[in-house]
Amino acid sequence: MRPISAKILKVIDETPTIKTFRLDTAGWLKGKPGQFVMVWARGVDEVPMALSYEDGITVQRVGEATEAMFRLKEGDTLGIRGPYGNGWELVGDNILIISGGVGSAPLAPLAEKAAAIGVQVTVLAGYRTKEEVHFETRYRKAGKTLISTDDGSYGHKGFVTDLMRDIDLSMYTQIYCCGPEKMMYRVLGILDGHKMADRSQFSLQRHMKCGIGVCGSCCIDPDGLRVCRDGPVFRGDTLISSELGRYARDGSGRRLKLWL
Amino acid sequence: MRLTVEAGGLTLQNPTILAAGILGTTGASLKRVASMGAGAVVTKSIGVEPRYGHPNPSMIKLECGYINAMGLPNPSYREFLQELEVARQAGVPVIASIFGANEAEFREVAEGLPGASAYELNVSCPHAKGYGMQLGTDPALVEAVTRAVKGAVDVPVWVKLTPNVTDITAIGRAAQDGGADAVVAINTVKAMTIDIDSGYPILGNISGGLSGPAIKPIAVKCVYELYEALDIPVIGVGGISNWADAVEFLMAGASAVEIGSAVYDGLEVFASVSMGLSDYLERKNMKLEDLVGLSHRVVKHEAHKC
Ligand SMILES: Cc1cc2nc3c(=O)[nH]c(=O)nc-3n(C[C@H](O)[C@H](O)[C@H](O)COP(=O)(O)OP(=O)(O)OC[C@H]3O[C@@H](n4cnc5c(N)ncnc54)[C@H](O)[C@@H]3O)c2cc1C
Ligand SMILES: Cc1cc2nc3c(=O)[nH]c(=O)nc-3n(C[C@H](O)[C@H](O)[C@H](O)COP(=O)(O)O)c2cc1C
Ligand code: FES
Repeated sequence: MRPISAKILKVIDETPTIKTFRLDTAGWLKGKPGQFVMVWARGVDEVPMALSYEDGITVQRVGEATEAMFRLKEGDTLGIRGPYGNGWELVGDNILIISGGVGSAPLAPLAEKAAAIGVQVTVLAGYRTKEEVHFETRYRKAGKTLISTDDGSYGHKGFVTDLMRDIDLSMYTQIYCCGPEKMMYRVLGILDGHKMADRSQFSLQRHMKCGIGVCGSCCIDPDGLRVCRDGPVFRGDTLISSELGRYARDGSGRRLKLWL
Repeated sequence: MRLTVEAGGLTLQNPTILAAGILGTTGASLKRVASMGAGAVVTKSIGVEPRYGHPNPSMIKLECGYINAMGLPNPSYREFLQELEVARQAGVPVIASIFGANEAEFREVAEGLPGASAYELNVSCPHAKGYGMQLGTDPALVEAVTRAVKGAVDVPVWVKLTPNVTDITAIGRAAQDGGADAVVAINTVKAMTIDIDSGYPILGNISGGLSGPAIKPIAVKCVYELYEALDIPVIGVGGISNWADAVEFLMAGASAVEIGSAVYDGLEVFASVSMGLSDYLERKNMKLEDLVGLSHRVVKHEAHKC
């Protein structure tokens, strides 16, 4: 599909670095939680963004394209194509959501959808600092919510993974996670330690060009799965022996070590 | 029915090959495509230095096909070597697609990627300044580049041609004169598309290349002409998405076919083209070799009658 011109109906300042854009896409964009759209800031770049509402995206300002989006106002337009990718699969009736930063974007609509059909939802949400806390109300409406901040300015002081220590992970029918790669890697490690990786789903980020599974820029090792088409959501056990947490590729295809 | 073919100096278990630039960024992904039934795989085009390619949007599905301007993103041959090594575990020939600005660069990349089953010279990308088509429209340059790589490696060298010329056979002949073992036709056709809400050209690079069903008749014509004009095999590519398309290319003169954009429909495309070909040959009681260039023989036969 060509990018369809979507009008910005509302811009919501979530935090100093995050804005939500509600779009007039209700008539055609039938995405489900976990799917993403390619968002074209005309003349600048086109980048992938998760659907944070049926008709909205939630954007963290990190570089050129997102800065261009931050300059847009109600009434301006963006080019949108999608929805793409597989989305979350809702499994069981008691789920745990582990959210890190703007990783909340695909998770908040999952929490809402699950709660709406009677699934019991627990949320662990981590942020860098109090100012960056967002979607707290959405999460709290959906279920029990525990919050952490790295600097302790709100909620538990420390990483969201600390919050996993005080709960009985084995009660959950499925665990959903999205956030910075380091954080997802830690969560996967903990779940694997509890032999629960096969009961978890993670939404990955990789460099996307085509968004439709043809160019190969988003492929992950060792199975050559495409994040844009086979993902972005993958089961934890699929990721255990993958590149997750070790390296990612930049726009040239070069491997970039994540931290080691 | 047996689908094994000799094409351009390689033996393939079946005549379907993954086209350059499609799912070819990583070794793992090339392996995956091979495991889905491709008879061989071609890597992303690799050059001397890392390139990030053009800004997005860099590929869009249109009504009639696909348009792309990736801009030859690649991590350089030094970085890609490890991916090639992974791809070589695929169990099918791995063809390294390479590009450069001149003979010396082509040679450097070919020598820097040892272990490929063959090299496919990209002298046909329509949207990267100083590379690709800018060389590929000049017969003298094509011949020189082909000869340079041929002299540097001891495996087959294929030359991928652009349809964006008045006479593709002149370029094909230049490749043959340079010592190419096969030509590959065609790369994408120059194209652009505009967002009518804003007036912005959609591709980040403004214009790019068309692929998919829309270019199939153009590609068939190029293959047909090259088959007449050359002594070396022709590998057909452009808009192939099912077995019937493959039959058409073989009849036009292709010894094997590359499949690119159709992976959009599913990675099963390689296996389903092979199965369809096999059924077709059985139905017609023919061998694969009988199909290659059949249209030329049919036409000559008719011509003799009158
Ligand atoms: C499936 C998916 C869903 C995403 N959902 C969200 C979301 O809901 N909210 C949000 O704020 N961010 C999301 N992102 C990340 C977002 O795409 C990047 O932050 C954005 O591309 C940055 O663009 P930029 O030009 O502002 O930054 P740049 O300065 O260009 O880049 C900053 C970083 O962003 C990443 N990036 C740049 N271009 C791309 C690209 N084409 N594909 C993938 N990553 C890229 C790279 O890691 C880069 O290092 C998602 C990414 C993916 C893959
Ligand atoms: C996204 C994309 C990237 C491509 N990259 C390359 C490339 O790096 N080198 C090359 O020689 N051809 C490249 N091509 C051209 C294809 O290999 C092929 O020649 C063309 O797409 C026509 O075949 P198709 O209709 O089966 O896709 C690319 C095509 C597409 C769609
Ligand atoms: S972005 Fe092109 S294959 Fe995923």
